[in-house]
Amino acid sequence: MEYKTDRIKKALSSSVPGFPFKAPTWPTTVSRKPKHSRLGADYDTEWSRKYPVRMVRALFLDGVARPLIKALIPPTVFGEDRLKDAPVPAIFAANHSSHLDTPLLASHIPLRYRHKTVIGAGADYFFDRTWKAALWSGLAAAIPIERTRVNRKSSELAESLLKEGWSLIIFPEGGRTPDGFGQSFKAGIAQLAKKADVPVIPVYIKGTYDALGKNSRAFKPGPTSINFGLPLFMDAGEDVRIFAHRIQQSVDQLSYELETDWWTARKAAAVGMTPELTGPEIKGWMDEWRRTKSKATKGPSISRWPKTD
Amino acid sequence: MSPRPGFILDVDKSTPPSLFWHGEGFRLEKLPVGSRVIYPPEALDPLKDPLGTIAQALEHPVGDSSPLSSLLFADMRLTIAFDDLSLPLPSMQSPDIRQMVIEQILDLAAAKGVDDVVLVAALALHRRMTESELRHILGDRIFDSFNKMGRLTQHDAEDPSNLIHLGLTDKGEDVEINKRAATSDLLVYVNVNLVSMDGGHKSVATGLASYKSLRHHHNVKTMVHSKSFMDRHNSQLHSSNWRMGRLIKEAGVKIFQVETTLNTNTFPDSFSFLQKREWEWNLKDRTGFIAASTALGKTPPWLSRKILHSIRSPYQLTGVTAGEVEAVHDITIENIYKQQLVEVRGQTDILTMGLPYIGPYNVNSIMNPILVYCLGLGYFFNMYKGMPLVRKGGVLILSHPTRREFDPTFHPSYIDFFDNVLADTTDPLEIESKYESAFATDPWYIHLYKTGHAYHGVHPFYMWYWGAHALDHLGAVIILGGDPKTVHRLGFMSASTMSDALEMAQSFVGPDPSLTHLHSPPLLMADVK
Repeated sequence: MEYKTDRIKKALSSSVPGFPFKAPTWPTTVSRKPKHSRLGADYDTEWSRKYPVRMVRALFLDGVARPLIKALIPPTVFGEDRLKDAPVPAIFAANHSSHLDTPLLASHIPLRYRHKTVIGAGADYFFDRTWKAALWSGLAAAIPIERTRVNRKSSELAESLLKEGWSLIIFPEGGRTPDGFGQSFKAGIAQLAKKADVPVIPVYIKGTYDALGKNSRAFKPGPTSINFGLPLFMDAGEDVRIFAHRIQQSVDQLSYELETDWWTARKAAAVGMTPELTGPEIKGWMDEWRRTKSKATKGPSISRWPKTD
Repeated sequence: MSPRPGFILDVDKSTPPSLFWHGEGFRLEKLPVGSRVIYPPEALDPLKDPLGTIAQALEHPVGDSSPLSSLLFADMRLTIAFDDLSLPLPSMQSPDIRQMVIEQILDLAAAKGVDDVVLVAALALHRRMTESELRHILGDRIFDSFNKMGRLTQHDAEDPSNLIHLGLTDKGEDVEINKRAATSDLLVYVNVNLVSMDGGHKSVATGLASYKSLRHHHNVKTMVHSKSFMDRHNSQLHSSNWRMGRLIKEAGVKIFQVETTLNTNTFPDSFSFLQKREWEWNLKDRTGFIAASTALGKTPPWLSRKILHSIRSPYQLTGVTAGEVEAVHDITIENIYKQQLVEVRGQTDILTMGLPYIGPYNVNSIMNPILVYCLGLGYFFNMYKGMPLVRKGGVLILSHPTRREFDPTFHPSYIDFFDNVLADTTDPLEIESKYESAFATDPWYIHLYKTGHAYHGVHPFYMWYWGAHALDHLGAVIILGGDPKTVHRLGFMSASTMSDALEMAQSFVGPDPSLTHLHSPPLLMADVK
């Protein structure tokens, strides 16, 4: 089935003249010299951390983004009391369901972190065009994080910023969930916390997938929740993979806490029975079939006029 | 980064359309997959100290020659000849290289107290230049110092009082050249060597010669056997000039030759797209192309011509050599090849090329149909070494509007040639035998040549002969976007689209032909193996 947006895209592309109005294509017979890129992980975001830019961003975050978020996806914030004595800076590690997670979290982390926090954003997605890179680094203090390959540059930048006192919001899943279930956390976050010697604050965000999930065709306003956990410190001699797993378990517990209550969640955690965000293990097609039942094709919605009921 | 050498692109599906000159405009043509596009080498790095290099060249000549300063003495007759405005193309930004060289020669002459100095523009049978053109080539300082004293002259090939017959070559060719130049104690010739055809003995033996002398090599037989006239050792045109040059030397004419080579930095920054490979066009290049092609397409031809002819090329000097003619020329040729030569493997069935608004004979004027013919079949076709880019019996597709437009001031005899001669025949041999003499000796054309700014009456014949080798070699010529009636008069076919042209070409070369596009600007010379 062809969506309306696809039809519009197709119509637009057929009406746009080609070269020289569009950039030329490169002959496959000609080898292309790798161009020194100033985009992606190489984009220099330093300008976005200068005081005038920070001031404008603070005004935007508190004066525009926060009221807008409150109006469209009103969040209920839990666990802020757990961060009362948490050290600054810190890494906020949250599950990732939607593009709304970033403005929601950035505008609702405690005030002592809020205006000196950078956000780890996919270098390949948010920094692939000059305008996008400028927009996200300026508006959201985003820094490029290489998701598809190991890049020392992006981890070094994050580490140096943490050492300079900047906090970091990061989504360790590496991308938005495609189906509403969580994805495994990457170990890079634990490595970063170890190197910068900062705690990790686990965060669970609920409700943004329903508002604007990865494959949503429309934005649906609705309530959201944020649950902050206790800061996690890496134990001496702890393996980074184990620490990464511990962070993920904490987010699972925060999720279960919202589903049930704090006491139930604590009891489940004590016996290692916290349900995982990643959902049940898939052993065969039947499990996947059941798991994705909520996404089953619904019959076409037929508008009737005049309404008979 | 050192400039990249020439390049041959194999066209595939993702190759963007190729740029074609189309007279005062451009075309972008998608060439069939499998075609080849020959791209010229990038512009060579210029000399860091042009003035210092010129001084060095004059004082350290090559071959059997003494330094210029030692050849100058107080009571001597010194003649300085220089190439006319047919070189370089487009005219270069001030200061012109001729000005830079001649100013230094004159400084040396002044230091030696040489009073009798005459400057001669080596026109051969070209039109006389206007004051502003001479000022551009020589600069105001030289023009003002020499013109009012009558010491800045333009060679008159029809002035018997200033011509001298130096004898016959061993092939019986008359050698008759400018008397002042021949009877001077020293003749210094200042060349601009844009292509490998320029310079050597051709400078004096052609540039300062009379019709009587020129007809020995500017004829159909010589041109058909000049394969090509850009390759001196395989060019009868040059063999004849070399025989004449050696006779001039034997007759006691002392020549100090100065040859200069330029890089191919042909167009200013606003036309940067002309110098780049299409897939490397950035936003600025694409914007420049769209702006230029749209603007030129919307203006009438006379206005677009005016705009384009006002372009001054940012050419830069890559070499200066001075001394004995043949020794100098050997070095010059090496320099030119270094800039322009591209090695190409094998010939092609169809050769395509776009023709620009300018050629050697229409600077500040109209590219009339005969000049279109000459530029395509004469100059561009002959930009090869070894063998022609297109096979015997192949097809040449030229892109040019080819309107029936003439400049009556500069090209009066061309109009009659087009209307009367080509109406009868397009066969070069027949044209030569039936009509040349009448045009060459017509008193009205001679009068216009001597007193106005007209090309000599015989000049359109020479243009036709320049293309004789291509006519003899090719199976057909198609002019893409050319005015059908005008193109038909030239003896060619016109096509409105490239696909039409290719379909027409297939009836001559068979199905599934190979195609090569000669990408210009800038200029390139194919070394076909």
